[in-house]
Amino acid sequence: MKYIVALLAGLLVGAALFGLGVIYNPFLGKQELSPLAVTDAPTLVLTYAAVASESIVYTNDGESRTQPYPEKVLQLWEQTIRQTSATATLLRDGRNQAAGIGIKFSSAADETHLLSGRALTNSIWYVYLPGRGGLFVEETENYWNYLRDIVVPGYRSSANTWAGSWIGNMTAGPGALGTAKVTGGSGDFEGMELLGVESLSVRAWKVDIGAVAAEGRLLIELPGHELAEVPAE
Amino acid sequence: MIKTFIFGILLGIAAAAGVLYAVPAVDQYREASIISVAPNGGNTEIFYINVPSDRVMSGGPDQAVLPPGLEWPEDELLGSVSTEMFKIRNARDSVVGVAARTVAREGDRPVLDWIIHLPARGSMYVIMNPVAGEGGYRLGEIRTGSRELAGMTGRMTERWLSDESGMPDAPAGRIELAARYTAKREELAE
Repeated sequence: MKYIVALLAGLLVGAALFGLGVIYNPFLGKQELSPLAVTDAPTLVLTYAAVASESIVYTNDGESRTQPYPEKVLQLWEQTIRQTSATATLLRDGRNQAAGIGIKFSSAADETHLLSGRALTNSIWYVYLPGRGGLFVEETENYWNYLRDIVVPGYRSSANTWAGSWIGNMTAGPGALGTAKVTGGSGDFEGMELLGVESLSVRAWKVDIGAVAAEGRLLIELPGHELAEVPAE
Repeated sequence: MIKTFIFGILLGIAAAAGVLYAVPAVDQYREASIISVAPNGGNTEIFYINVPSDRVMSGGPDQAVLPPGLEWPEDELLGSVSTEMFKIRNARDSVVGVAARTVAREGDRPVLDWIIHLPARGSMYVIMNPVAGEGGYRLGEIRTGSRELAGMTGRMTERWLSDESGMPDAPAGRIELAARYTAKREELAE
Protein backbone atom coordinates (compact mmCIF):
# COMPACT_ATOMS: atom_id res chain seq x y z
CA MET A 1 0.00 0.00 0.00
CA LYS A 2 2.76 2.44 0.97
CA TYR A 3 4.40 1.88 -2.42
CA ILE A 4 1.20 2.89 -4.19
CA VAL A 5 0.97 6.02 -2.04
CA ALA A 6 4.62 6.82 -2.78
CA LEU A 7 4.05 6.29 -6.52
CA LEU A 8 0.95 8.53 -6.53
CA ALA A 9 2.75 11.20 -4.51
CA GLY A 10 5.65 10.98 -6.95
CA LEU A 11 3.27 11.29 -9.91
CA LEU A 12 1.73 14.44 -8.47
CA VAL A 13 5.12 15.96 -7.62
CA GLY A 14 6.43 15.06 -11.08
CA ALA A 15 3.44 16.61 -12.84
CA ALA A 16 3.72 19.73 -10.68
CA LEU A 17 7.46 20.02 -11.35
CA PHE A 18 6.84 19.68 -15.07
CA GLY A 19 4.13 22.35 -14.91
CA LEU A 20 6.46 24.75 -13.09
CA GLY A 21 9.23 23.93 -15.54
CA VAL A 22 7.00 24.85 -18.48
CA ILE A 23 5.65 28.03 -16.87
CA TYR A 24 9.04 29.36 -15.80
CA ASN A 25 11.05 28.09 -18.76
CA PRO A 26 12.99 31.21 -19.77
CA PHE A 27 13.22 30.00 -23.36
CA LEU A 28 9.44 29.95 -23.84
CA GLY A 29 7.50 33.04 -24.90
CA LYS A 30 10.46 35.37 -25.01
CA GLN A 31 9.38 38.97 -25.40
CA GLU A 32 10.70 40.15 -28.73
CA LEU A 33 10.98 43.69 -29.96
CA SER A 34 8.29 44.55 -32.46
CA PRO A 35 9.68 45.42 -35.90
CA LEU A 36 7.36 48.42 -35.92
CA ALA A 37 9.03 49.80 -32.79
CA VAL A 38 12.05 50.75 -34.87
CA THR A 39 10.33 51.75 -38.10
CA ASP A 40 11.09 55.06 -39.75
CA ALA A 41 7.70 55.07 -41.44
CA PRO A 42 4.84 57.20 -40.12
CA THR A 43 2.60 55.25 -37.79
CA LEU A 44 -1.00 55.42 -36.68
CA VAL A 45 -1.35 54.90 -32.93
CA LEU A 46 -4.75 54.04 -31.47
CA THR A 47 -5.36 53.27 -27.81
CA TYR A 48 -8.35 51.73 -26.06
CA ALA A 49 -9.41 50.71 -22.56
CA ALA A 50 -8.66 46.99 -22.26
CA VAL A 51 -11.12 46.53 -19.39
CA ALA A 52 -14.53 45.09 -20.23
CA SER A 53 -16.51 47.56 -18.14
CA GLU A 54 -14.80 50.52 -19.85
CA SER A 55 -15.69 49.36 -23.36
CA ILE A 56 -18.93 50.12 -25.19
CA VAL A 57 -19.87 46.46 -25.17
CA TYR A 58 -18.06 43.24 -24.31
CA THR A 59 -19.48 39.75 -24.49
CA ASN A 60 -18.33 36.15 -24.29
CA ASP A 61 -19.86 32.83 -23.14
CA GLY A 62 -20.86 34.37 -19.80
CA GLU A 63 -18.93 31.76 -17.83
CA SER A 64 -15.46 33.18 -18.28
CA ARG A 65 -13.57 35.27 -15.75
CA THR A 66 -14.29 38.52 -17.55
CA GLN A 67 -18.01 39.16 -17.30
CA PRO A 68 -19.99 40.56 -20.24
CA TYR A 69 -20.76 44.29 -20.20
CA PRO A 70 -23.41 45.70 -20.03
CA GLU A 71 -24.88 42.96 -17.88
CA LYS A 72 -27.82 42.22 -20.19
CA VAL A 73 -25.85 41.84 -23.39
CA LEU A 74 -26.52 38.66 -25.39
CA GLN A 75 -23.96 35.98 -24.52
CA LEU A 76 -22.07 33.82 -27.01
CA TRP A 77 -23.02 30.45 -25.53
CA GLU A 78 -23.47 28.38 -28.69
CA GLN A 79 -20.90 25.61 -29.20
CA THR A 80 -19.32 27.21 -32.26
CA ILE A 81 -18.74 30.61 -30.61
CA ARG A 82 -18.28 29.58 -26.97
CA GLN A 83 -14.55 30.33 -27.08
CA THR A 84 -15.06 33.69 -28.77
CA SER A 85 -15.29 37.19 -27.33
CA ALA A 86 -16.64 40.30 -29.01
CA THR A 87 -15.81 43.88 -28.09
CA ALA A 88 -16.82 47.29 -29.36
CA THR A 89 -14.76 50.12 -27.98
CA LEU A 90 -13.89 53.76 -28.43
CA LEU A 91 -10.46 54.26 -29.99
CA ARG A 92 -8.34 57.24 -29.02
CA ASP A 93 -5.43 58.82 -30.83
CA GLY A 94 -1.98 59.65 -29.45
CA ARG A 95 -3.36 62.83 -27.84
CA ASN A 96 -6.08 60.84 -26.06
CA GLN A 97 -8.80 62.36 -28.26
CA ALA A 98 -11.60 60.17 -29.64
CA ALA A 99 -10.49 58.87 -33.04
CA GLY A 100 -13.06 56.24 -33.97
CA ILE A 101 -14.73 52.96 -33.21
CA GLY A 102 -13.05 49.59 -32.95
CA ILE A 103 -14.73 46.19 -33.07
CA LYS A 104 -12.71 43.15 -32.08
CA PHE A 105 -13.59 39.46 -32.38
CA SER A 106 -11.22 37.02 -30.70
CA SER A 107 -11.33 33.21 -30.66
CA ALA A 108 -9.08 30.68 -28.99
CA ALA A 109 -6.90 29.15 -31.70
CA ASP A 110 -6.62 25.45 -32.45
CA GLU A 111 -2.87 26.02 -32.90
CA THR A 112 -2.51 26.67 -29.15
CA HIS A 113 0.31 24.50 -27.80
CA LEU A 114 1.24 25.18 -24.20
CA LEU A 115 4.31 22.97 -24.31
CA SER A 116 5.91 25.40 -26.73
CA GLY A 117 4.66 28.58 -25.07
CA ARG A 118 1.85 29.30 -27.49
CA ALA A 119 -1.46 30.37 -25.95
CA LEU A 120 -2.93 31.67 -29.17
CA THR A 121 -6.05 33.51 -30.23
CA ASN A 122 -7.18 34.38 -33.74
CA SER A 123 -8.37 37.97 -33.66
CA ILE A 124 -9.71 40.52 -36.07
CA TRP A 125 -10.31 44.22 -35.65
CA TYR A 126 -12.54 46.46 -37.65
CA VAL A 127 -11.42 50.04 -37.14
CA TYR A 128 -13.46 52.95 -38.41
CA LEU A 129 -11.95 56.41 -38.10
CA PRO A 130 -14.44 59.14 -39.20
CA GLY A 131 -12.86 61.39 -41.80
CA ARG A 132 -10.11 58.88 -42.53
CA GLY A 133 -11.75 55.55 -43.36
CA GLY A 134 -11.98 51.90 -42.40
CA LEU A 135 -9.33 49.25 -41.70
CA PHE A 136 -9.40 45.50 -41.17
CA VAL A 137 -6.73 44.02 -38.92
CA GLU A 138 -6.05 40.30 -38.87
CA GLU A 139 -3.74 38.89 -36.22
CA THR A 140 -2.76 35.89 -34.16
CA GLU A 141 -2.14 36.88 -30.55
CA ASN A 142 0.01 34.99 -28.07
CA TYR A 143 -1.13 35.32 -24.45
CA TRP A 144 1.65 33.14 -23.01
CA ASN A 145 3.64 35.99 -21.46
CA TYR A 146 0.42 37.55 -20.14
CA LEU A 147 -0.52 34.26 -18.46
CA ARG A 148 2.95 33.70 -17.03
CA ASP A 149 3.65 37.26 -15.86
CA ILE A 150 0.18 38.32 -14.66
CA VAL A 151 -2.29 35.45 -14.30
CA VAL A 152 -0.02 32.94 -12.52
CA PRO A 153 1.34 35.53 -10.03
CA GLY A 154 -2.27 36.69 -9.50
CA TYR A 155 -3.31 33.20 -8.45
CA ARG A 156 -0.24 32.85 -6.24
CA SER A 157 -0.96 36.14 -4.46
CA SER A 158 -2.78 35.79 -1.13
CA ALA A 159 -5.04 38.67 -2.20
CA ASN A 160 -5.78 36.95 -5.54
CA THR A 161 -4.58 40.12 -7.21
CA TRP A 162 -1.69 41.15 -9.39
CA ALA A 163 -0.53 44.76 -9.47
CA GLY A 164 2.45 46.20 -11.27
CA SER A 165 3.39 47.51 -14.65
CA TRP A 166 3.42 45.07 -17.55
CA ILE A 167 3.73 45.95 -21.21
CA GLY A 168 3.79 43.30 -23.89
CA ASN A 169 3.24 42.81 -27.61
CA MET A 170 0.34 40.46 -28.12
CA THR A 171 0.61 40.13 -31.90
CA ALA A 172 2.51 37.03 -33.00
CA GLY A 173 1.41 36.76 -36.62
CA PRO A 174 0.41 36.11 -39.33
CA GLY A 175 3.40 38.20 -40.51
CA ALA A 176 6.72 36.39 -40.33
CA LEU A 177 8.12 39.07 -38.02
CA GLY A 178 5.18 38.88 -35.63
CA THR A 179 3.06 41.55 -37.27
CA ALA A 180 -0.63 41.78 -38.01
CA LYS A 181 -1.95 42.10 -41.55
CA VAL A 182 -3.85 45.35 -42.01
CA THR A 183 -6.09 45.94 -45.02
CA GLY A 184 -7.46 49.34 -45.88
CA GLY A 185 -11.09 49.46 -46.87
CA SER A 186 -12.38 52.95 -47.40
CA GLY A 187 -11.36 56.61 -47.29
CA ASP A 188 -7.65 57.42 -47.02
CA PHE A 189 -6.84 53.76 -46.42
CA GLU A 190 -8.57 52.43 -49.52
CA GLY A 191 -6.50 49.75 -51.25
CA MET A 192 -3.68 49.78 -48.69
CA GLU A 193 -1.94 46.68 -47.35
CA LEU A 194 -0.19 47.57 -44.09
CA LEU A 195 1.43 46.04 -41.02
CA GLY A 196 0.33 46.44 -37.42
CA VAL A 197 1.06 45.37 -33.86
CA GLU A 198 -1.24 45.24 -30.86
CA SER A 199 0.18 45.61 -27.38
CA LEU A 200 -1.24 45.64 -23.87
CA SER A 201 -0.26 47.63 -20.83
CA VAL A 202 -1.64 46.15 -17.61
CA ARG A 203 -1.46 47.69 -14.13
CA ALA A 204 -3.90 45.56 -12.10
CA TRP A 205 -5.54 42.15 -12.51
CA LYS A 206 -7.89 40.18 -10.24
CA VAL A 207 -8.55 36.44 -10.23
CA ASP A 208 -12.33 36.84 -10.16
CA ILE A 209 -12.81 39.58 -12.79
CA GLY A 210 -9.63 39.71 -14.88
CA ALA A 211 -7.97 43.00 -15.87
CA VAL A 212 -9.12 46.00 -13.82
CA ALA A 213 -6.59 48.57 -15.06
CA ALA A 214 -5.30 47.99 -18.56
CA GLU A 215 -4.88 49.79 -21.84
CA GLY A 216 -4.46 48.39 -25.32
CA ARG A 217 -2.61 49.95 -28.22
CA LEU A 218 -2.81 49.35 -31.95
CA LEU A 219 0.21 50.54 -33.88
CA ILE A 220 -0.21 50.59 -37.66
CA GLU A 221 2.60 51.39 -40.05
CA LEU A 222 1.48 53.79 -42.75
CA PRO A 223 3.00 54.13 -46.19
CA GLY A 224 5.27 57.07 -46.82
CA HIS A 225 8.70 55.66 -46.20
CA GLU A 226 10.69 54.25 -49.04
CA LEU A 227 13.88 52.31 -48.64
CA ALA A 228 16.91 54.16 -49.87
CA GLU A 229 18.41 52.66 -52.98
CA VAL A 230 21.68 50.88 -52.49
CA PRO A 231 24.22 52.50 -54.80
CA ALA A 232 25.66 50.18 -57.42
CA GLU A 233 29.35 49.49 -57.06
CA MET B 1 9.98 3.32 -1.12
CA ILE B 2 12.21 6.27 -2.09
CA LYS B 3 12.93 4.54 -5.38
CA THR B 4 9.18 4.19 -5.99
CA PHE B 5 8.68 7.89 -5.19
CA ILE B 6 11.44 8.92 -7.60
CA PHE B 7 10.03 6.61 -10.26
CA GLY B 8 6.65 8.26 -9.65
CA ILE B 9 8.18 11.70 -10.19
CA LEU B 10 9.71 10.63 -13.50
CA LEU B 11 6.44 9.01 -14.52
CA GLY B 12 4.56 12.18 -13.54
CA ILE B 13 6.88 14.33 -15.65
CA ALA B 14 6.50 11.98 -18.61
CA ALA B 15 2.73 11.77 -18.21
CA ALA B 16 2.33 15.57 -17.96
CA ALA B 17 4.54 16.07 -21.01
CA GLY B 18 2.60 13.43 -22.91
CA VAL B 19 -0.76 14.95 -22.05
CA LEU B 20 0.35 18.50 -22.95
CA TYR B 21 1.85 17.24 -26.20
CA ALA B 22 -0.97 14.98 -27.33
CA VAL B 23 -4.17 16.59 -26.03
CA PRO B 24 -5.13 19.79 -27.84
CA ALA B 25 -5.70 22.68 -25.45
CA VAL B 26 -8.25 24.18 -27.84
CA ASP B 27 -10.57 22.32 -30.17
CA GLN B 28 -12.95 24.71 -31.89
CA TYR B 29 -16.24 23.05 -32.78
CA ARG B 30 -16.94 23.31 -36.47
CA GLU B 31 -20.27 23.03 -38.22
CA ALA B 32 -19.98 21.44 -41.64
CA SER B 33 -19.89 24.22 -44.23
CA ILE B 34 -22.83 24.36 -46.60
CA ILE B 35 -21.32 25.53 -49.84
CA SER B 36 -22.70 25.12 -53.33
CA VAL B 37 -21.02 25.63 -56.66
CA ALA B 38 -22.17 28.76 -58.46
CA PRO B 39 -23.20 28.36 -62.13
CA ASN B 40 -20.55 30.69 -63.52
CA GLY B 41 -17.67 29.75 -61.26
CA GLY B 42 -16.93 30.17 -57.60
CA ASN B 43 -18.70 28.84 -54.52
CA THR B 44 -21.74 30.23 -52.77
CA GLU B 45 -22.45 30.18 -49.05
CA ILE B 46 -25.50 31.74 -47.43
CA PHE B 47 -25.68 33.13 -43.90
CA TYR B 48 -28.71 34.35 -41.98
CA ILE B 49 -29.27 36.63 -39.02
CA ASN B 50 -32.57 36.44 -37.15
CA VAL B 51 -33.68 39.89 -36.09
CA PRO B 52 -33.98 40.80 -33.29
CA SER B 53 -32.99 37.59 -31.50
CA ASP B 54 -29.44 37.40 -32.94
CA ARG B 55 -28.64 41.07 -32.37
CA VAL B 56 -25.88 41.38 -29.78
CA MET B 57 -25.63 45.15 -29.84
CA SER B 58 -26.87 48.17 -31.68
CA GLY B 59 -25.39 51.59 -31.09
CA GLY B 60 -25.32 54.97 -32.76
CA PRO B 61 -26.19 58.60 -32.20
CA ASP B 62 -29.86 59.52 -31.74
CA GLN B 63 -31.15 55.94 -31.92
CA ALA B 64 -32.38 53.30 -29.51
CA VAL B 65 -29.41 51.35 -28.22
CA LEU B 66 -29.16 47.68 -27.36
CA PRO B 67 -28.48 46.08 -24.86
CA PRO B 68 -30.04 48.14 -22.08
CA GLY B 69 -27.28 50.00 -20.25
CA LEU B 70 -25.12 50.50 -23.33
CA GLU B 71 -23.64 53.99 -23.43
CA TRP B 72 -22.78 55.10 -26.95
CA PRO B 73 -19.93 57.65 -26.93
CA GLU B 74 -21.31 61.15 -27.27
CA ASP B 75 -18.30 62.50 -29.11
CA GLU B 76 -19.16 64.70 -32.07
CA LEU B 77 -16.68 62.79 -34.20
CA LEU B 78 -18.91 59.70 -34.07
CA GLY B 79 -22.01 61.64 -35.12
CA SER B 80 -22.42 59.68 -38.35
CA VAL B 81 -21.27 56.24 -37.16
CA SER B 82 -23.56 53.43 -36.06
CA THR B 83 -22.72 49.81 -35.44
CA GLU B 84 -24.61 46.58 -34.98
CA MET B 85 -23.19 43.24 -33.84
CA PHE B 86 -24.91 39.91 -34.52
CA LYS B 87 -24.64 36.17 -34.18
CA ILE B 88 -24.59 34.67 -37.65
CA ARG B 89 -26.22 31.39 -38.79
CA ASN B 90 -25.64 28.99 -41.64
CA ALA B 91 -28.34 27.67 -43.96
CA ARG B 92 -29.27 24.98 -41.38
CA ASP B 93 -30.00 27.78 -38.87
CA SER B 94 -27.06 26.84 -36.63
CA VAL B 95 -25.00 29.67 -35.17
CA VAL B 96 -21.56 29.54 -36.81
CA GLY B 97 -20.03 32.89 -35.96
CA VAL B 98 -20.39 36.56 -35.20
CA ALA B 99 -20.60 39.59 -37.47
CA ALA B 100 -20.63 43.36 -37.27
CA ARG B 101 -22.23 45.88 -39.59
CA THR B 102 -21.02 49.46 -39.50
CA VAL B 103 -22.69 52.36 -41.26
CA ALA B 104 -21.06 55.77 -41.56
CA ARG B 105 -20.86 58.79 -43.81
CA GLU B 106 -17.67 60.12 -45.37
CA GLY B 107 -18.70 63.57 -46.52
CA ASP B 108 -21.40 62.93 -49.11
CA ARG B 109 -20.48 59.29 -49.45
CA PRO B 110 -22.16 56.65 -47.28
CA VAL B 111 -20.08 53.74 -46.02
CA LEU B 112 -21.37 50.26 -45.17
CA ASP B 113 -18.92 47.61 -44.02
CA TRP B 114 -19.40 44.06 -42.73
CA ILE B 115 -16.95 41.90 -40.88
CA ILE B 116 -17.78 38.22 -40.47
CA HIS B 117 -15.88 36.01 -38.03
CA LEU B 118 -16.27 32.23 -38.20
CA PRO B 119 -14.07 30.99 -35.29
CA ALA B 120 -13.22 27.58 -36.75
CA ARG B 121 -12.61 28.87 -40.29
CA GLY B 122 -11.56 32.50 -40.59
CA SER B 123 -12.90 35.97 -41.18
CA MET B 124 -14.04 38.22 -44.00
CA TYR B 125 -14.10 41.96 -44.56
CA VAL B 126 -16.81 43.05 -46.96
CA ILE B 127 -17.32 46.54 -48.35
CA MET B 128 -20.95 46.98 -49.42
CA ASN B 129 -22.59 49.41 -51.74
CA PRO B 130 -24.95 51.15 -49.29
CA VAL B 131 -27.56 51.73 -51.98
CA ALA B 132 -29.93 48.79 -52.38
CA GLY B 133 -30.60 47.69 -55.92
CA GLU B 134 -33.41 45.76 -57.55
CA GLY B 135 -35.10 43.28 -55.22
CA GLY B 136 -33.69 45.02 -52.14
CA TYR B 137 -30.21 43.55 -52.68
CA ARG B 138 -27.11 45.40 -51.65
CA LEU B 139 -23.99 44.22 -53.41
CA GLY B 140 -20.57 44.17 -51.81
CA GLU B 141 -17.00 43.13 -52.49
CA ILE B 142 -15.10 40.72 -50.26
CA ARG B 143 -12.09 42.92 -49.69
CA THR B 144 -10.01 40.37 -47.79
CA GLY B 145 -10.20 37.26 -45.67
CA SER B 146 -8.14 35.48 -43.07
CA ARG B 147 -6.99 31.89 -42.49
CA GLU B 148 -9.13 29.53 -44.63
CA LEU B 149 -10.70 32.52 -46.35
CA ALA B 150 -7.37 34.25 -46.96
CA GLY B 151 -7.05 33.26 -50.58
CA MET B 152 -10.60 34.24 -51.44
CA THR B 153 -12.05 37.19 -53.17
CA GLY B 154 -15.57 37.58 -54.48
CA ARG B 155 -18.86 39.26 -53.75
CA MET B 156 -21.54 39.27 -51.10
CA THR B 157 -25.15 40.39 -51.22
CA GLU B 158 -27.27 41.58 -48.34
CA ARG B 159 -31.04 41.70 -48.23
CA TRP B 160 -33.81 41.90 -45.68
CA LEU B 161 -36.40 39.10 -45.58
CA SER B 162 -39.53 39.92 -43.59
CA ASP B 163 -41.08 37.04 -41.69
CA GLU B 164 -44.33 35.96 -43.26
CA SER B 165 -44.83 32.74 -41.32
CA GLY B 166 -47.30 34.28 -38.87
CA MET B 167 -45.88 32.12 -36.07
CA PRO B 168 -46.17 33.79 -32.66
CA ASP B 169 -42.49 33.33 -31.74
CA ALA B 170 -41.09 34.01 -35.20
CA PRO B 171 -38.46 36.75 -35.63
CA ALA B 172 -39.44 40.03 -37.27
CA GLY B 173 -37.31 38.98 -40.20
CA ARG B 174 -33.90 37.87 -41.31
CA ILE B 175 -30.88 39.43 -42.91
CA GLU B 176 -29.61 37.20 -45.68
CA LEU B 177 -25.95 37.40 -46.60
CA ALA B 178 -24.98 35.42 -49.68
CA ALA B 179 -21.22 35.18 -50.17
CA ARG B 180 -19.78 34.06 -53.46
CA TYR B 181 -16.15 33.09 -53.12
CA THR B 182 -13.68 33.03 -55.97
CA ALA B 183 -10.08 31.98 -55.52
CA LYS B 184 -7.57 34.73 -56.17
CA ARG B 185 -5.94 34.42 -59.54
CA GLU B 186 -2.29 33.45 -59.23
CA GLU B 187 0.13 34.04 -62.05
CA LEU B 188 2.12 30.96 -63.01
CA ALA B 189 5.87 31.31 -62.97
CA GLU B 190 7.33 31.36 -66.47
